[in-house]
Amino acid sequence: MEKTAEKTNRPDMTVEIAGVTLQNPVMTASGTFGSGMEYEDFLDLNRLGAVVTKGVANHPWEGNPTPRVAEVYGGMLNAIGLQNPGVDVFIERDLAFLKEKDTKIIVNVVGKTVEDYLEVVERLSEEDAVAMLEINVSCPNVKEGAIAFGQDAKALSDITGRIRRVSKKPIIIKLSPNVTDIVLLAKAAEDAGADALSMINTITGMKIDPESRRFVLANKTGGLSGPAVKPVAVRMVYQCAQAVKIPIIGMGGIANAQDAAEFLLAGASAVAIGCMHFHEPDTALQVVDGLEDYLVRQKLSSVRELIGAVRE
Amino acid sequence: MNQKKKKIRAIVRKSERIAENIFSMELFTEEPLSVRPGQFVGLYPDGEDKLLLRPISICEYRKETGILRLVYRVQGGGTKEFSGWKEGKETAFLGILGNGYPVEEIAEKAGGETGSVLLFGGGIGIPPLLALARELSAKTKVTTVLGYKTEETFLLHEFEQYGPVFTATEDGSCGTKGTVLDAVRENGISGDVLCACGPTPMLRAVKHFAEGRDCYLSLEERMACGIGACLACVCKTTDIDAHSHVHNARVCVEGPVFAADRVEI
Ligand SMILES: Cc1cc2nc3c(=O)[nH]c(=O)nc-3n(C[C@H](O)[C@H](O)[C@H](O)COP(=O)(O)OP(=O)(O)OC[C@H]3O[C@@H](n4cnc5c(N)ncnc54)[C@H](O)[C@@H]3O)c2cc1C
Ligand SMILES: Cc1cc2nc3c(=O)[nH]c(=O)nc-3n(C[C@H](O)[C@H](O)[C@H](O)COP(=O)(O)O)c2cc1C
Ligand code: FES
Repeated sequence: MEKTAEKTNRPDMTVEIAGVTLQNPVMTASGTFGSGMEYEDFLDLNRLGAVVTKGVANHPWEGNPTPRVAEVYGGMLNAIGLQNPGVDVFIERDLAFLKEKDTKIIVNVVGKTVEDYLEVVERLSEEDAVAMLEINVSCPNVKEGAIAFGQDAKALSDITGRIRRVSKKPIIIKLSPNVTDIVLLAKAAEDAGADALSMINTITGMKIDPESRRFVLANKTGGLSGPAVKPVAVRMVYQCAQAVKIPIIGMGGIANAQDAAEFLLAGASAVAIGCMHFHEPDTALQVVDGLEDYLVRQKLSSVRELIGAVRE
Repeated sequence: MNQKKKKIRAIVRKSERIAENIFSMELFTEEPLSVRPGQFVGLYPDGEDKLLLRPISICEYRKETGILRLVYRVQGGGTKEFSGWKEGKETAFLGILGNGYPVEEIAEKAGGETGSVLLFGGGIGIPPLLALARELSAKTKVTTVLGYKTEETFLLHEFEQYGPVFTATEDGSCGTKGTVLDAVRENGISGDVLCACGPTPMLRAVKHFAEGRDCYLSLEERMACGIGACLACVCKTTDIDAHSHVHNARVCVEGPVFAADRVEI
C-alpha cells in the first residue's frame, strides 16, 4: 500500500511515439538484446518502455564470418551481419515470448531488396502484438541492401514511401550516421511518411592489430558503438530534432540516466540502450530508475518536460 | 538445475604467478554455485575504457570453500590488469556461462570403470581440463596429455592425482618434442573417448585423430554479451542450429564444448 502511495508522487514517465504510449521512454537497442529472452535473468522486461528486437528478414541470414566483434577505446566494433532466423521463426518463437510481457514490442526489419522489406512488413502488420516497426536502412555490415537505402536521400524516400503504403503499423526509420548531412535524410524520411526516426546506428570503423598486422574483424570494417560515439549521436539527434516534427528515438553510448537525459534534452522523445548491456546487463532498468530520480531532483513532474528542453 | 545467470560478487583470495605470463587467481563467492567442468565466467576489467567481459574458464570450483579458481595467460590489457589484482580486491563476474562438458555422458560413452577417457590440453586450454579430470576420474580411467611451449609447465602435477599424465613441448625440453599427438604416438596412449581444449590447430588434429570415437572439443570465439543475445561468438555447425536456423551455434551458450562431429573447425 505504501508503495502505491509513493508511486503517485513519482513523476509521469510516459511518452508517446506515433500514437503509441510507452510506460517510460527507455528501450533496448536492436541487436544488442536479442528478443529479450536472454536478458530475463537480469531484468524485468515488464518495466521497459519497449523491447526493440534484433533485425528480422524474410529468410534466415547467416551473418558474417568471425571474429565479429572487437573492443576499442570506450566502445566496440561489431560486424555481426544481421544473422537472424527469419520472420517465420521470429513470429512463432520470439514474438510468442514477447507478447506475454507488459512492454511494447518494436520489431527491427532488414532486407536486401525493397521487396524483402515489404514482405516482412506485410507479415508483421498482421501481428497484433507488434506495436511498431523499426526499419533498419543503416546497418553498415552487410554488402547488399540495408545501408544503401540509408545513405541516399532519394533511395530512402522511395523505400520509406513504399513501406508506408503497406505497413499497418507506425514505422520508425533508423538513420545511419555514416552520411555527410543526416538532416537531409531525416527530412527525406519524414516527407516520405515515416512516423518516427531512430538514431544513430553504428559508425563505420576499423581496427588493425599491429603485432599480427591483420584486421581484427573478419569483415575488416565494423560498426562503432558505445560511450565513444555518444557526443556524435547527441549532436545528430539535436540537429534532426530542429529540422523534423516527427519524434526521435535517440541512442548511442547511453550508459546511465544522465546520458539518457542528454538525449532527451537534445530533442529525443525516447532513448535506447545498446551495447552497455554487455557491460552491465541491467543497464536499461538502471536508466529507468535513474531517470525517475533525476526528474525528482530536477523537480519535473513529467519526463516529457525534458524533451528538447536544452537551454542555450 | 538451470541456475540464473547474473553478476556474481566475488573477492580475490589469492593471486599468484605460476609460470611465465600465467596466473592463478582464487575468487571467493558467498553464494553457492553449480558449475560443470568447461563452463566459464565473464571477468570485467575495471578500466572504463574497456567495455567487454573477458571469458575465462573455470579451472576448479569447490562448493565447500566457495573458492572459484581461474588460471589465465596475460594476453592484453584486460588480463594484464587482472594479474595486478591483490588479495581483498572486490569484483563482480558474469556467470555461470556456457554448457560445459557432459561428464556423465562422457563417462558412459567411455564404458565407465572399464573404459578410458583421453584429455588433450594445449597451452591456456589446459586449466578447464583439471576439473574435468577430477570429475571423470571418479567414474572412469583418465589419461591426460598436455602441450606446453617450453619446460615452464603449469598445473602438471595437479593432473597427476587423477591418472597418468604425458607432456609434449615445442622445444622438446619436457616430454615429447612436438605436439600432443606426437606424445600419443611416442607413448602408445589410447582412450575410448577424447576431450580437448586448446588452440584451433590442435583441436583440428584431435578431431581428425578421433576417427569415429566420441570426441568433445572446447572452442574459443570473441564475445560481447556472453549470454547468447548478440550473436558475436558463433561457430560453424554441420546441422541447422536451433537459434538462428542457419549453421551457426553460439559458443557462449550452446558451447564452448561441442561434439566434434557437430562443428566445422
Ligand atoms: C570460452 C572461453 C574460455 C576461455 N578461457 C580462458 C582461460 O581459462 N584462461 C585464459 O587465459 N584465457 C581464456 N580464454 C581467452 C581469454 O578470454 C582471452 O585471452 C582474454 O579475453 C584476453 O583479454 P585481454 O584484455 O587480456 O586481451 P585483448 O587482446 O586486449 O582483448 C581485447 C578483446 O578481445 C577479446 N579476446 C582477446 N583474445 C581472446 C580469445 N582468445 N578468446 C576470446 N576473446 C578474446 C577480449 O575478451 C577483449 O574483448 C578463454 C576464451 C573463451 C572464449
Ligand atoms: C552487436 C550489435 C548488433 C547490432 N545489431 C543491430 C541490428 O540488427 N539492427 C539495427 O538496426 N541496429 C543494430 N545495432 C545498432 C544498435 O541498435 C545501436 O544503434 C548502436 O549500437 C548505438 O547504440 P549503443 O552505443 O548504445 O550500442 C547493433 C549494435 C551492436 C553493438
Ligand atoms: S557473445 Fe553474444 S551471443 Fe555469444
